[in-house]
Amino acid sequence: MHRNHRAAALAATVLAGTLLAAGCSSSSGGKQSEDNSADGASAGKASTPRMTIAMITHAEPGDTFWDIVRKGAQAAAAKDNIKLVYSADPSAGAQANLVQNAIDQKVDGIALTAAKPDAMKAVVAKAEKAGIPVTGFNSGLDDWKQLGMLEYFGQDENIAGQAFGERLNTLGAKHALCVVQSQGQVALESRCAGLAKGFKGKTDKIYVTGTDMPSVKSTITAKLQQDSSIDQVVTLGAPFALTAVQSIKDAGSKAEVATFDLNKDLVAAVQNGSVEFAVDQQPYLQGYLAVDALWLYKNNGNASGGGTAPVLTGPAFITKDNADTVAAFAAKGTR
Amino acid sequence: MGMTQHAEPAVSSPPASGPGKVKDGRTSERPLALRLLARPEVGVFLGAVAVWVFFLIAAPPVRDGSSMANILYQSSTIGIMALPVALLMIGGEFDLSAGVAVITSALTASMFAFQLTLNVWAGVVVALLVSLAIGFLNGWLVVRTGLPSFLITLGTFLILQGVNLAVTKLVTGNVATDDISTMDGFDQAKKVFGSSFDVGGVQIKITIVYWLVFAAIATWVLLRTKYGNWIFAVGGNKDSARAVGVPVTFTKISLFMLVGFAAWFVGMHNLFSFNTVQSGEGVGQELIYISAAVIGGCLLTGGAGSAIGPVFGAFMFGMVQQGIVYANWNPDWFKAFLGVMLLGAVLINLWVSRTATRR
Repeated sequence: MHRNHRAAALAATVLAGTLLAAGCSSSSGGKQSEDNSADGASAGKASTPRMTIAMITHAEPGDTFWDIVRKGAQAAAAKDNIKLVYSADPSAGAQANLVQNAIDQKVDGIALTAAKPDAMKAVVAKAEKAGIPVTGFNSGLDDWKQLGMLEYFGQDENIAGQAFGERLNTLGAKHALCVVQSQGQVALESRCAGLAKGFKGKTDKIYVTGTDMPSVKSTITAKLQQDSSIDQVVTLGAPFALTAVQSIKDAGSKAEVATFDLNKDLVAAVQNGSVEFAVDQQPYLQGYLAVDALWLYKNNGNASGGGTAPVLTGPAFITKDNADTVAAFAAKGTR
Repeated sequence: MGMTQHAEPAVSSPPASGPGKVKDGRTSERPLALRLLARPEVGVFLGAVAVWVFFLIAAPPVRDGSSMANILYQSSTIGIMALPVALLMIGGEFDLSAGVAVITSALTASMFAFQLTLNVWAGVVVALLVSLAIGFLNGWLVVRTGLPSFLITLGTFLILQGVNLAVTKLVTGNVATDDISTMDGFDQAKKVFGSSFDVGGVQIKITIVYWLVFAAIATWVLLRTKYGNWIFAVGGNKDSARAVGVPVTFTKISLFMLVGFAAWFVGMHNLFSFNTVQSGEGVGQELIYISAAVIGGCLLTGGAGSAIGPVFGAFMFGMVQQGIVYANWNPDWFKAFLGVMLLGAVLINLWVSRTATRR
């Protein structure tokens, strides 16, 4: 009896699919309208001996930002004849375990984010002892040197926040709302802190549940209804900026939206003016450089910044003026 | 706020009493007020009212109609899921995969339509089939293996979480779906799943209407139909239910599929409201749905509860979550406030039912 049910369900699915495919094509949008441009950039391939690099981040799975980081790392790996082993865990303890795992596998180099530097201290020291070079990227700007990392690629979140605030000053905003999608995350908090420092007007902060969009939408709406003097919403991730645009409409507010970080849809929103600007820390570049640096170190002894100064990948501002040049890259998911 | 009018149908229909109502003097009739208070949904109703009144006083913006509409919108997206989750719980099982199942459905609809360049309704239909199939699989595994639904649905929770991510990446090359808002059928589907309408200058989201309609249907099914009796029976005692001819397998599997249906519905709302879906969303929502059902008077052990209770449970969640924002309390304390308010509401709930059942 159960088998019959399942067979029927399967048949129905196939039938529905076929019928729909035959008669219900969409005349706009969809895969067909996408450009068939070549995937990703390719810079040839190095003839150096194959090496293995582990990239270990604190990413939440399924987040567009981290996907772009990973694509950058993969592009560098392909070019440098590197086997890239990517892993991630948002909990610091688990991330440290992943690093230990990489050391046990005797990889040739480790690229690491240090969102919670104290938890990484012991394993980074172990890697050093085992003769494995470690590069830092994205998080850990204040700590990478003490941790004994080779070099660092990223954006100073606080400086980026300040630059963000200064730009808002020139746009004439008076009262900004900083929307944090994950409570207690160091990088996000320092963006808001930097914003408050650089922005001459008043800065408020609010926490939303990043995994539940309807909840994000109603919480921002609620805040705008509660305080009608807010004229600027600042989000810390691209998908939340697009939701904030809807909240503003719901609340009948006149606030503008600007955001940290990019994705394809966000670039389109900057182009059509519904989002003022975005600050891009160039995650692709971070992933790319962190891996490429290990190749350079192994093959030529190079260290960017001389091993003492960090290499900043942002903040780069994406506005209506330059959005067109970025759009093509964003469409491929690399900006 | 029309909360009282929704409480009436449940209150005015006490559990089916025996045929004759002849008094033989052996039992004394308890006062009506106490009998009402003893119903599981009345405690949560009073808890919800308490929270509502509290925020009316503490947060002036709540008194505004559009704020209430916003609170109810947040409550409705929780509440539509909390309803079948509650029915399932009354039936003695629960579903940890309900949160990510919402996202699975949204991802399926979006990718199916986009990749094959079909009318978005094609994606909507396929997503429904997938959601029902996930519910069927959950139910079938639970019934077949006799393992606790905690274990089975923890498994599907993890599977769906991984599949959401991996398949999306495989199909789109990114971890979020493509924007489908320019495709055929989108505007129509948005009208059905994600529109709003004007009532006296206040924009009401359509999910609120669905939520209350679904709650009314669920209440009717639970209290007035044979199927409703089956749900209570399989949740109370599976073996004796089977012994008196209740189709236990059918009831349990269909309850899981009902959760699948609601996940599809909320998933479609997410998709057509926000155009794209990130594959990592939905994690943690299952606990909110289960909490709303438990706060609403459904026992974790099954066999007891109502469909109207979770409506107030979900309202309480939405009210507290947004009330804190409207009250402009320090956001650093947000989660702590949320916890304290919910505990407080549950304690009122408990106190009411204790007082009511004490002789």
